[in-house]
Amino acid sequence: MSTHNDDNTPHDETPGEHLPEGRGHGAGELSPADDPFADPGLPAHEHRRQDIDERAAQRSERTVALLFTVSVLATIGFIASYVAIPIDRIVYIWPFGHVSGLNFALGLTLGLALFCIGAGAVHWARTLMSDEEMVDERHPVAASEEVRAQVFEDFRQGVAESQFGRRKLVRNTMFGALALVPLSGVVLLRDLGPLPHDKLRHSRWKEGSLVINESTQTPLRPEDIPVGALVQAMPEGLDPHDEDFQVEIAKAAVMLVRLEPEDIKDQRSADWGHEGILCYSKICTHIGCPATLYEQQTHHALCPCHQSTFDLADGARVIFGPAGHPLPQLRITVNEDGYLAALGDFEEPPGPSFWERG
Amino acid sequence: MSTATESPKTTADAPKNRGKAPAGERVADWADGRLGIYSLAKANMRKIFPDHWSFLLGEICLYSFVILILTGVYLTLFFVPSMAEVEYHGSFEPMQGLLMSEAYASALDINFEVRGGLLVRQIHHWAALIFVVGIFLHMFRVFFTGAFRKPREVNWLFGFLLLVLAIFTGLTGYSLPDDSLSGIGIRLMEAAILAVPVVGSYLQMFIFGGEFPGHDIIPRFFVTHVLLLPGIMLGLVVAHLILIVYHKHTHYAGPGRTNENVVGYPLLPVYMAKAGGFFFLVFGVITMIAATVTINPIWLLGPYRPDQVSTDAQPDWYLGFSEGLVRMMPGWEWVIPGGYTLNFGLLIPLAVFPAMLAVIGLYPFFESWVTKDKREHHIAQRPRNSPTRTGLGVAWLTAFGVTTIGGGNDLFAVHFNLSINAITWFCRIGFFVLPVLAFFITRRICMGLQRRDRDKVLHGRETGIIKRLPHGEFVEVHQPLPQDQLHVLTSHDQATPMEVGPETDENGVRRRINPVERVRARLSRTYYGEQAQIPKPTSEEYHEITSGHGHH
Repeated sequence: MSTHNDDNTPHDETPGEHLPEGRGHGAGELSPADDPFADPGLPAHEHRRQDIDERAAQRSERTVALLFTVSVLATIGFIASYVAIPIDRIVYIWPFGHVSGLNFALGLTLGLALFCIGAGAVHWARTLMSDEEMVDERHPVAASEEVRAQVFEDFRQGVAESQFGRRKLVRNTMFGALALVPLSGVVLLRDLGPLPHDKLRHSRWKEGSLVINESTQTPLRPEDIPVGALVQAMPEGLDPHDEDFQVEIAKAAVMLVRLEPEDIKDQRSADWGHEGILCYSKICTHIGCPATLYEQQTHHALCPCHQSTFDLADGARVIFGPAGHPLPQLRITVNEDGYLAALGDFEEPPGPSFWERG
Repeated sequence: MSTATESPKTTADAPKNRGKAPAGERVADWADGRLGIYSLAKANMRKIFPDHWSFLLGEICLYSFVILILTGVYLTLFFVPSMAEVEYHGSFEPMQGLLMSEAYASALDINFEVRGGLLVRQIHHWAALIFVVGIFLHMFRVFFTGAFRKPREVNWLFGFLLLVLAIFTGLTGYSLPDDSLSGIGIRLMEAAILAVPVVGSYLQMFIFGGEFPGHDIIPRFFVTHVLLLPGIMLGLVVAHLILIVYHKHTHYAGPGRTNENVVGYPLLPVYMAKAGGFFFLVFGVITMIAATVTINPIWLLGPYRPDQVSTDAQPDWYLGFSEGLVRMMPGWEWVIPGGYTLNFGLLIPLAVFPAMLAVIGLYPFFESWVTKDKREHHIAQRPRNSPTRTGLGVAWLTAFGVTTIGGGNDLFAVHFNLSINAITWFCRIGFFVLPVLAFFITRRICMGLQRRDRDKVLHGRETGIIKRLPHGEFVEVHQPLPQDQLHVLTSHDQATPMEVGPETDENGVRRRINPVERVRARLSRTYYGEQAQIPKPTSEEYHEITSGHGHH
C-alpha cells in the first residue's frame, strides 16, 4: 500500500512516525476476509435503460438531435434579430421591464444556441456513451533512486565541464554583469511620471480668485448663499475644456456653507470665512471623494464613499469615519465689487494625505 | 457519428488496400511524423477522469476565462483607451454635449451604437464575476477536501496566483470605462499609494504619469488588463491544466477507489463530450443572464469627474472585503517628528488585504510543516475528518464575510435600517471575534459528524421503524451498512499527534528541545489530538457489537 512513501522519496525529510502507514484503516490484525471494513472493490456495472432497450436509446438519440436542431434554429434567430431589430428599440417584457429589444433577443437566441449544444452533448454522453467506470493506475511522482542519482551525477559533470567553480573570475564578473543589466530597465521607468516636488501642496486658488458657482458658472456674492445652503464652487479661470481641468478640479473643488455666526464653534474657522460663509475643500481627506452630502441641521458634511463625516461648524473636524484630518478651509473675503474671493491658496494640501504632508 | 465507418465499403477500404489511408489518418500521420502526437495521444486519449459535481467548479473557471478572452477581444475592437476629453454626440440623449473622456464615450458607443455590443459587454462583466466566484468555490473544494496536499502544492500556488491576478484583472477592467464609479475606485487606489511611507507620492506620480487623474492611467490600465495580466494568467492556466493531467485528478473514497488508482470515465469520448458540452452550458447560461440582468449600467453613472460622486459606491464583489477593511479602519493618522505623515487609516488595510490573500497561498506549506506528512495524497478527504483545517477555512471565510459586510455598510444601513456606526463597530469587533468563534464551532460540528459516522458504522443506519419487544420495550431498528459504505466511512487515516520526546535522555540528562519543535508538536495536537479526531471504529469493536448482542 505504501510503496512510494518510503521507497521513492529518501531525499525527503523522513516522514513522522506518528503518521499511519499508507492509507488503510488499520491495524491489519485481521485477514481481509474477516475485516468488515475491507474495500469490496469496484461495484459491478449496472446497465442503463438505453444499454438494453434499443427503443430507449433511439429516444435519447432523438432528444440529442432535437437539442442540436434547436441550437441551429436559435442561431438563425440570432442572425434574424441582428438584422431586423433596431438598436434603439425599447420593449416591455415581463418581468424584466423596459429593456433593449435587440439585446434581449440577441442574448436569448445566442444563449439558447450555446446551451442546447451543451445540453445535447451532455445528454449524449450520459445516455448513449458507455458509462462503465474504468481504472487507471497512479504512479509516484518522485523519480526512482537510480534516476535521482543519475541526474545529480549529470549535473555535477555538466557544472565541472563548464569550469564554473574553478574559474572564479568568469563567474564573479558574470554575476556582476547580470546583476547590473536590469538597472537599465529600471532607469527607463524614470519617465513614467514627473517628480512630486510640491505639486500636491498647491491648487489653482490664489489671492483674489473669484469663487465660481459650479452650476451657474458665475461668480458668487455673499447674498447668493442663504443660511443653511451648500453651494459647490471652483476657482475662476478654470475651464472644463482645459486639458488639465480634471487634475485641477481634483484639488481645487470647494463647497461653501452659510451658518449663523453664533453656530460656528471654531473661532479661526469663523475668521477665515465671511459673515458665516465658510469655504471648505470638498475633496475628502480620506481617499479623495467629494464629501458633499450636507446635513443642514447638524452642519455635517458626509462623504458617500466611506462615510467620513466632517463638522463644518467646527473647522470640518472629523466626527466619524476613516478620514484622518479635517477638510482644509479656504480663506475668503469680499472684494470691492462685492464678490466672494479667496485670500490665497489652501494653507494645507487638499485631498488624501501623503508622507511629506506633515 | 460512426455510421460512415460502419458501412461495408469504408471498412473494406480502410486498412491496407492501395496503401491509401483515409484523409484523417494521413493528416494524423503527417502530424505525428513532425510532432509525435501519437505518443501524446496514447497517454492521454483514454485518460481517466473521475466524475463528481464538485470537480465542475474548476471547469466553470476555465470556461469563464475562455469566454472572457473571446468577449474581451471583441470589446477591444471598439473601446478607445484614451483620457482625452471629448464632447458626446452619440445617440444616447441624456448625455448630449457632455464632456467626457474618449474611453467613456467609446464605452457608451459599445452600448448604443454597436449592435450586440451591449450584450458582449454584459457577458464580459458577468463572466468576470462568475470567474472569480468559480475560483473561490473551486478553492473551497480543494481546500476543504485536502486536495492541495502533496503532490499538488505547486498547483495550489498556481491556482492561488490565478485568483490574485483575476482580482487585479477585474479591478483594472472595471476601471476602464472611466465612469463615475470606476473613477472612485482609481481614486481609492491613488490614495492608498499616496499613503505608502517615504515613496508614496513618487509612486503615485510614476503610476499616474503625474497628478491624479492625469491622462495616462486608463491607457496604462488598458494594457495591463488586456495584455499583461491575461498573458500571465493564460500561462498559469496552461500550467495548471498540465499539472492536473500529470498528477491525475483526485477522487473521493469509495469502493475500488484507492490512493494508487483513479476511477472514472475516459477522456474520449465521455469526458470530452461532458466537459465540452459543459463549456457550452456555461457560455449559454452566462449569455442568458447577460441578456436579462443588467450589470454595471455605465450610462446611468455619467462620466467621471473628481468633484462629483453618487452614493452606493461599491467595488465588484471580490474586492468588497478590501473596501470593508478601508471602511472599518479608524482614521488614525500620525504626524511623526520631522513633519512626516503616517496614514494608518489606509496603510493597515493596505497591509491586511494582501495578508488575507497570502495566507491562502501559504496554507498547504503550513499544514505539511505541522503534520510532517510527506506522503502522496490522491483521495479527497471529507472536511469533517480534518476538523482543524476545516475550522481554519471557515474562520477565514468568516473574516472575509465580515469585511465584505463592512464594504457594503451603506447598503446594509439603508436596506436594514441600521446605523452606520453600529455596523462599523460590529465589523471592527467581529473581524477579530467571529473567526475565532467560527473556528471552534466548526470544529465541534466536525467532531459531531465524526461521531455520527462512528455510530453509523457500529450500529447501522436509523431506519425510523419502531419495534416493540415482547416485554414492552420500544426500540428503533437499525440497519447495518453495506460493506462499501463501511469501507468509505472507515478508510480515512488517523494519525497520532507528534511528540517532542522526553525532556531527559536515557541517562537522565536534560535534552535540549528546539522551541520550534515544541510549537510544532502543539500544533500537531490541534490537528491530530483528541479534540480533532474521534477514533475510528476497529474491526474488533465492530465484531463485538454485531455478534449477537443486538444494538445496545
